[in-house]
Amino acid sequence: MNKKRPVNLDLTTIQLPLPAFTSILHRVSGFALFAAIALLLYLLQRSLSSAQGFAEIKVLLSGIGAKFIIWAVLCMLVYHLVAGIKHLLMDIGIGESLEGGRLGAQAVLAITLLLAVILGFWLW
Amino acid sequence: MVTNVTNFGRSGLHDWLVQRLSALVLAAYTLFLLVFLLINPDIDHVRWMELFQQRWVRGFTLLALVALIGHAWVGMWTISTDYLKPLLLRFLFQSGCSLVLFVYLVWGVRIVWSI
Repeated sequence: MNKKRPVNLDLTTIQLPLPAFTSILHRVSGFALFAAIALLLYLLQRSLSSAQGFAEIKVLLSGIGAKFIIWAVLCMLVYHLVAGIKHLLMDIGIGESLEGGRLGAQAVLAITLLLAVILGFWLW
Repeated sequence: MVTNVTNFGRSGLHDWLVQRLSALVLAAYTLFLLVFLLINPDIDHVRWMELFQQRWVRGFTLLALVALIGHAWVGMWTISTDYLKPLLLRFLFQSGCSLVLFVYLVWGVRIVWSI
């Protein structure tokens, strides 16, 4: 191998192409969801425990801070889901070209943004 | 074939398949719950209990839970093998993830069991 080949591993100087950005965001959202499962299990447990527990969760989720956290978790979930579906489509050979990859990444971001806004209206 | 003792299924191809099959289950379960909440905006405790008291919903929940364990393990394993190069650190991280997923599984089964 040519040892004098140019190497640029300073990540701060590399601009991620859009498909790379959506890819790392898929990973980040997966990691965040791994932690958020604890919150979702807690909400499920309390809401199913008793009528009182359900009422407590309803009051808890009516707070602005809690609502924002739930919205953020749902946005991560929706992003992970949409990006995952794109992944499965690419597995069966749809959108594998360079142009297809760019279009797919744009579609994932656009669909997630739209759903995030809809989720926001739904929660508030 | 490249194998790694910490792979979920001892082979990358098996992990690849686990990741995709569990993804389909989790996608179906997520959409199911979201749609249920969307068409029941003023949900109360009775309606919520009725949903989870149905045998198929409890089965679906357990299936989603098992799918989650497999899906999250493959994902966290991939992250740890990509970014954590010192073996001890990687081992500790993977052990921690296993413990968390084990707790999730027991916790989730307890929730479904106690309905």
